[in-house]
Amino acid sequence: METFQLVSPEGVLADDPAAADVDGDLCRGLYRDMVLARRLDAEAYSLQRQGELGLWLQSWGQEAAQVGSIRAIRDTDWVFPSYRDHAAAMCRGIGPEELLAQWRGVRQSGWDPARHRFHLYTLVLAAQLPHAVGYAMGVQRDGADEVVMTYFGDGSSSEGEANEAFNWAVTMAAPVLFFCQNNGWAISTPTSAQYGAPLHRRAAGFGLATQLVDGNDVLAVRAATARAAAAVRAGEGPALIEAVTYRMAGHSTSDDPTRYRSGAELDHWATLDPLERLRRLLDDRGWATPGFVEELETEATELAAEVRRVCRAMPDPDADAMFAHTLAVETRSQAAERAGYAAYTASFVD
Amino acid sequence: MLTLSQAINRALRHGLESDPKVLVMGQDVGRSGGVFRVTDGLQKDFGADRVVDTPLAEAGIVGTAIGLAMRGYRPVCEIQFDGFVYPAFNQITSQLAKLHARSGGRITVPVVVRIPVSGGIGAVEHHSESNEAYFAHTAGLRVMVAATPQDGHWMLRQAIESDDPVIFFEPKCRYWSKGEVAETADDPLVLPAEVARTVRPGTDVTLLTWGSMVETCLAAAAAADGEGRSLEVVDLRSLSPIDTDALVAAVARTGRAVVVHEAPTFGGLGSEVAAMLSERCFTSLESPVLRVGGFNVPYPAARLEGHYRPDLDRVLDAVDRVLAW
Repeated sequence: METFQLVSPEGVLADDPAAADVDGDLCRGLYRDMVLARRLDAEAYSLQRQGELGLWLQSWGQEAAQVGSIRAIRDTDWVFPSYRDHAAAMCRGIGPEELLAQWRGVRQSGWDPARHRFHLYTLVLAAQLPHAVGYAMGVQRDGADEVVMTYFGDGSSSEGEANEAFNWAVTMAAPVLFFCQNNGWAISTPTSAQYGAPLHRRAAGFGLATQLVDGNDVLAVRAATARAAAAVRAGEGPALIEAVTYRMAGHSTSDDPTRYRSGAELDHWATLDPLERLRRLLDDRGWATPGFVEELETEATELAAEVRRVCRAMPDPDADAMFAHTLAVETRSQAAERAGYAAYTASFVD
Repeated sequence: MLTLSQAINRALRHGLESDPKVLVMGQDVGRSGGVFRVTDGLQKDFGADRVVDTPLAEAGIVGTAIGLAMRGYRPVCEIQFDGFVYPAFNQITSQLAKLHARSGGRITVPVVVRIPVSGGIGAVEHHSESNEAYFAHTAGLRVMVAATPQDGHWMLRQAIESDDPVIFFEPKCRYWSKGEVAETADDPLVLPAEVARTVRPGTDVTLLTWGSMVETCLAAAAAADGEGRSLEVVDLRSLSPIDTDALVAAVARTGRAVVVHEAPTFGGLGSEVAAMLSERCFTSLESPVLRVGGFNVPYPAARLEGHYRPDLDRVLDAVDRVLAW
């Protein structure tokens, strides 16, 4: 399958009907989303290095795949993310405090999923895929005009639950759009050691409508996602998009990617950077209007300061918080354990 | 009088009738009515959208049920046999059990996972396991086991109405046993799901048991009665939480306790019960709490299950030992 692309790495926009609605406003908006996401990501990385976060998983390099896809669906559509989807989360209005809380270790999740129509991050790979399919079965039964999109990666695609979800979605004709960010690596395992046939080919075997797209081309991702989501919405059955992108950082702040991949590979992917590509298009077309770049830089600097501020301002939770919400209705034995620990801690003399 | 299987069927029917959000889903639950015919007739009456025949994928069954629950549905999943639940283990323990807590209470996942459990029907391997301890060990789940048609009906109704996820065990060797089932919720026979039930009063030794072993313990108590020994039988019913106060009160009266379950005693829930009793009624105990259960071996071939499963004689042997202490 040919990789769908609208903007070349040099920033040249293809003469393609799928690019018919591309204009300055659209590109400035997408560029802003990506710049702010990269800034938050870089800031969070620094905070982890300073000991303010326990862990951080960088979205660096994958901004186009996330921004292009989430901007292509409706605000009323539902998203089931994995855990590296910070750019997508930000597009849904999830703020720095909400995004960082989990990684600072003060809560197990940051935001209200219903408010943002963006489910919590799922750390066990591919476990969210059947959730998305089940949610879509509910949408189907409600007769609602909604699409459910779920993010996962090349590594997750090897999990049994991913393949169960693909099969299930087709069997149930559930309105779900699987979005794979193929970033080349599952920690140290390259895609060549992950699967024998490309995911988009495997997905077609399940009966999913599939599309392979340049994941560093935000306009192509947006167009492909819009097309797939429209088909899902129209009842044509579930679909899968494989967006080829690259994880520029390590898997996490605990990972050292120099142990397993070459600097030359990283240099190559740096030339395909999604932000620079769209910036070239903005510059070529004169769409980077006066003040736009400077104002965006100011906004990003302010965001970075806010990220640092809200991160350091998050207090450690009270011990009692760990007892809350184990069950919807607390049991007698849980209440006793909770009260027992409170009495124990209160028994210490300052 | 209903069989356990009929009583469960009636509870599912009640759930489907009373709440349009209740769904039944699993392998072969629709047209075939399930391998034990527990869901017989439900798809015919409620349609394939509400009684859903699924692909053969346990993680998918529980995983999609979680998604449906997030959307506001109340799925009741059937896992065909105890030994087939493990492909869904991640979805049950890491997802279903934890979503309420990790969402800070924002998400509830009212999913019931029904599992035919334990042996005694001469089945092939993976069809006779008693794996309740795995689930009771996982915070965020409620674990119930119905030993009688009464509980098969009313406790399942309570499970379906619960906003918490429930693992609901059905001892398959009891599916065809008949018993009274209360007609209305205000019948004194209808107990809260978390409450242990004294099924036979007694004064000498307390037998603490659940599921497939309740009947065995009642038979042991009847036999002991002929020898002048008065055995109390308590059905725990709920394995998470455990009605510890009721167990402590019973054992404080008799001073002697034997825990009887079909699962291996090693790391089984009987160990939890025995440890709890030693902590809370140490001075009332006249003997150590003994455990009778399966051995620390894989569930054996069918012709050996009579040796593996506790029977009347093994229960009475333990009773002899606590009385001789």
